Amino acid sequence: MSLHSPLHDEHVALGATLVDFAGWSMPVRYSGDIAEHNAVRTSAGLFDLSHMGEISVRGADAVDFLEYAVVGRMGAVGLGRAKYTMICATDGGVIDDLVVYRRDWDHFVIVANASNKDTVLAALIERADGFDVDLDDESASIALIAVQGPASEGIVTAMTARDADNIAALPYYAATHVVLTGDIHAFVARTGYTGEDGFELFVSADEAPDVWRLAIATGGDAIIPCGLSSRDTLRLEAGMPLYGQELSRDTTPFDAGLGRVVVFGSEAKPRGTFVGRDALEAARDAAPTRVLVGLVGEGRRSPRTGYPVVDADGTEVGIVTSGAPSPTLGKPIGMAYVPPALADPGTIVGIDVRGRREEMTVAALPLYRRT
Amino acid sequence: MAMIPEELVYSSEHEWVSGDLGEGDEVSVGITEHAADALGDIVYVEGPSLGDTVVAGEVCGELESTKAVSELYSPVSGTVTAVNEKLVAAPESINADAYGAWIFKVELSASADDLLSSEAYGELTA
Repeated sequence: MSLHSPLHDEHVALGATLVDFAGWSMPVRYSGDIAEHNAVRTSAGLFDLSHMGEISVRGADAVDFLEYAVVGRMGAVGLGRAKYTMICATDGGVIDDLVVYRRDWDHFVIVANASNKDTVLAALIERADGFDVDLDDESASIALIAVQGPASEGIVTAMTARDADNIAALPYYAATHVVLTGDIHAFVARTGYTGEDGFELFVSADEAPDVWRLAIATGGDAIIPCGLSSRDTLRLEAGMPLYGQELSRDTTPFDAGLGRVVVFGSEAKPRGTFVGRDALEAARDAAPTRVLVGLVGEGRRSPRTGYPVVDADGTEVGIVTSGAPSPTLGKPIGMAYVPPALADPGTIVGIDVRGRREEMTVAALPLYRRT
Repeated sequence: MAMIPEELVYSSEHEWVSGDLGEGDEVSVGITEHAADALGDIVYVEGPSLGDTVVAGEVCGELESTKAVSELYSPVSGTVTAVNEKLVAAPESINADAYGAWIFKVELSASADDLLSSEAYGELTA
């Protein structure tokens, strides 16, 4: 029996195709993958992300605890700001990638991937020993709804009843508490996973259907509901990693080209220990054995997760982590781990596409950047 | 609920077959609406080539959507007598009308007796 989002009835009424995703029954598409993808690039798309995990960290030691538990410097996150970070194991492997929102001086909300939420919560509880913090899994009571795309600022502003000017003024990776039409309280963040401007609305599960319908009514022709399939091609074009594909317990943030999220501190701004520090310092200082790169093809076949990257002799030298026909670029794209010698943009590599060799050109990430 | 026309027969690999099913008869083959819905927007179709021999239950091509790749199985055995060239430029016509968009035609080398009725296929995909 899979878990149902608080918006499940809305999805059924909209005729969504539902699939099992990390134990949840979630919409993979409503109208069509490409139309949904293009709506986000050109206007706006509406996503149900209620499967994502929300873990609240409260208490006098909240900052010290997070500084120890995750690889980023959470003490430096301002009130009402968000930070992309990771939680790593002692060996430096990524347990999950996270967005951490600072709600108050002693209150943070961690958003974790649905598939990893229980693992993240268990790791946090273990790491909280000796710190004065309360950890609460609020995933069931919080719904997360995203409005993404160039029209999203206007739509979310029009959904807001009081202090609507705060929406346009919100910087990227910042969040604020607003009151939506219908006296619905929402914590609205300018964050997303699409490569476009966009907002993520944290609302109570009870009020989620009202917010969902408000977004559709307010957006009118400018917004359509979008499923997980378009979310995946959008994030792939934008070069954003997906846990389980680009990131795993067997990769460090440095492998994925995301070493910048690990903050070791400096003489001027020292940082204490955190879980995985020693292994991550070693990973930083070691010569890389593999590099995460973008791939662009000129043929029709797309690289797909798990396909081997092969050299001129057909020997496997790397692996594709994600791939799809790119709706925006109109050609096959992907991400892959390759040896450093093959990682320069412009290098031609072979991909074993179901027994046939297809040539792809290595390209810098992201493959799509909004103008 | 995906449509399953009564006048067609089906394979458990989600292909439909239209036409008489005796040895020497020519049939048209496509994929079902259920399969097209599961794949999402189809962007690339590669069926068998004209003159190829196809064998029931064996892979004879592939379909690629933004979401996934799926192998195309031949539901019948015989020789390919036609391929739908329109699908090269417009693979999305399978999503628009799965039962109108035939992918290839086969002259049967043996009668095709073990395909599913619309009712049986409906039970399979229920």
